[in-house]
Amino acid sequence: MEETKTAAAANLEVFSEVLQNLAATDKDIMVVTSDSRGSGKLVPFGQKYPEQIVEVGIAEQNLVGVAAGLASMGKKAFAVSPACFLTARALEQIKNDVAYSDNPVKLIGISAGVSYGALGTTHHSLHDYAVLRAINNISILAPADNFETAEAIKAAAQMTSPVYIRFGKKGMPENLQQNPDPADFKIGKGRVIQEGSDLVFIATGEAVLPCVEAAKLLEREQQISCKIISLHTIKPLDTELLLAAAATGKPIITVEEHSVNGGLGEAVASLLFQNGCTNTFKIVGLPDDHTVSGSQIEIFNHYGISGEGLKNTALNLFQL
Amino acid sequence: MQLEELKRKSIENRKKVLQYIYHAKAGHTGGSLSILDILNVLYNDVMNVSPENFDSNDRDRFIQSKGHSVEALYVVLADKGFFPEEDLLTMCQYNSPYIGHPTKSIPGIEQNTGGLGHGLPISSGAALAAKKDNSAVKVFTVLGDGEMAEGSNWEAMMFAAHYKLDNLCAILDYNKLQITAPNADVMGLEPIDQKIEAFGWAVKHVDGHNLEELSKTFNSLPLVEGKPTFIIAHTTKGKGISYMENVLKWHHGVPSKEQYDLAMEELDLQLQELETVLK
Repeated sequence: MEETKTAAAANLEVFSEVLQNLAATDKDIMVVTSDSRGSGKLVPFGQKYPEQIVEVGIAEQNLVGVAAGLASMGKKAFAVSPACFLTARALEQIKNDVAYSDNPVKLIGISAGVSYGALGTTHHSLHDYAVLRAINNISILAPADNFETAEAIKAAAQMTSPVYIRFGKKGMPENLQQNPDPADFKIGKGRVIQEGSDLVFIATGEAVLPCVEAAKLLEREQQISCKIISLHTIKPLDTELLLAAAATGKPIITVEEHSVNGGLGEAVASLLFQNGCTNTFKIVGLPDDHTVSGSQIEIFNHYGISGEGLKNTALNLFQL
Repeated sequence: MQLEELKRKSIENRKKVLQYIYHAKAGHTGGSLSILDILNVLYNDVMNVSPENFDSNDRDRFIQSKGHSVEALYVVLADKGFFPEEDLLTMCQYNSPYIGHPTKSIPGIEQNTGGLGHGLPISSGAALAAKKDNSAVKVFTVLGDGEMAEGSNWEAMMFAAHYKLDNLCAILDYNKLQITAPNADVMGLEPIDQKIEAFGWAVKHVDGHNLEELSKTFNSLPLVEGKPTFIIAHTTKGKGISYMENVLKWHHGVPSKEQYDLAMEELDLQLQELETVLK
């Protein structure tokens, strides 16, 4: 995958800016960090709104418990921590104190997926969709670009039920869709990034961009027209959009920065199979194996989460 | 509330705890009898919380970290008028909301608990929110001694002291027994007071069954301005029933018919003695 030339800000930076805007008029916005304000790009937030940021130190269980307590008192608590620690170390707090207790905490998993690259598996979160999908009463989001990030954060601030949003560190395009309308962004509703007639890519988070690149290659080199759905909400699934996309009978490729076990692909497959769909279907993600070492892009390329890799996956599907 | 009335409630509520555990054929008998006096004092003599103000953000908060001793909480809340007492006849039965741990679906309960080491972090967050709002809300939580081995408690302990949450009061139900054996054999806590003081809390030992002492202590918080309070309440597991006191098997033992009758006789006798003293 090439470094995208349209890269604007990292979704993380957009998150921080949006949060500052929200905090300017809402003193109930509270950010809770676990020694993660630097990596969460929240230093400016802390400088502007020192009364609205709470540091818990490197203590993720307490991070989530405290956020639940704040939310129980009416605060709009954003618990911000690297996704790897937030959704593993504090999983019981997410399950009991947030989801089960219905405390509307906004869990923000930063530097998610393999964003930490060569730091290795301790710092990767390739399990978060899977574990959270199995927990009742929590929405799961992975915005693809700056636009989706901003809209997701604004929507999350108003949510009265728990939500988990994850994003990476790298600069991402401002918009993957031309002229997006904020009114069209709804949690639980996927976005059609582009229409196409031969193949459907269904992707989430930072795995949407490689689909856009693959679609360009397929169009240019093979005259294959691809529909691309950014499924920024993994739970609840946009069943209407997905079933309509499958109804065309075209091959479907799902793409995610997550283990192939229990993530977006299996969620979509489960939906389609139980609704009688028989599309040719391929899940692209991180295999059930020790993850190769390298940068995020190198890891993506290694596992075919790239323009070239997804092009080849698509061509192989057509040969079936 | 008058001390005599509190004493009467403590005995009557013990009878109810046993009655509903006996009916459900399930429950954490020893621990419920252990925390009952603490809950009685908190709900009837200390906290600003009632069915009338439960919708108000100004109510004091109670979060029971040792969720398994829910029977004591159910009985105290029913007595307080949060729900009809006879609802407890469904306890632990199919499709009953009265499960074996606290849930917010029951009127009067603030948080769903049951996993250990969760109450103190949540209570700390709630206490911090009250501070941010310049509110007079106090937050109370009851912890079991066995759950002091959970690391999350110590994370919250650092946090509450760091943020000077003197509107937070943690109460240790220190009956010194956990499911396997005495704490001292499973995972020693001592010197628990020094450990918690070293974390920056104000610490006080009390007799967890002395209603007067509990009331005086809880009504004079914070112990130290700018510090969260940790009350080490020395209690007796199975308190009030001679054959249950300090006997491990009553952690979640359910009495037989004979044992139940005997327990009720003992509690009736305690009630009679109380009436005699009052006369």
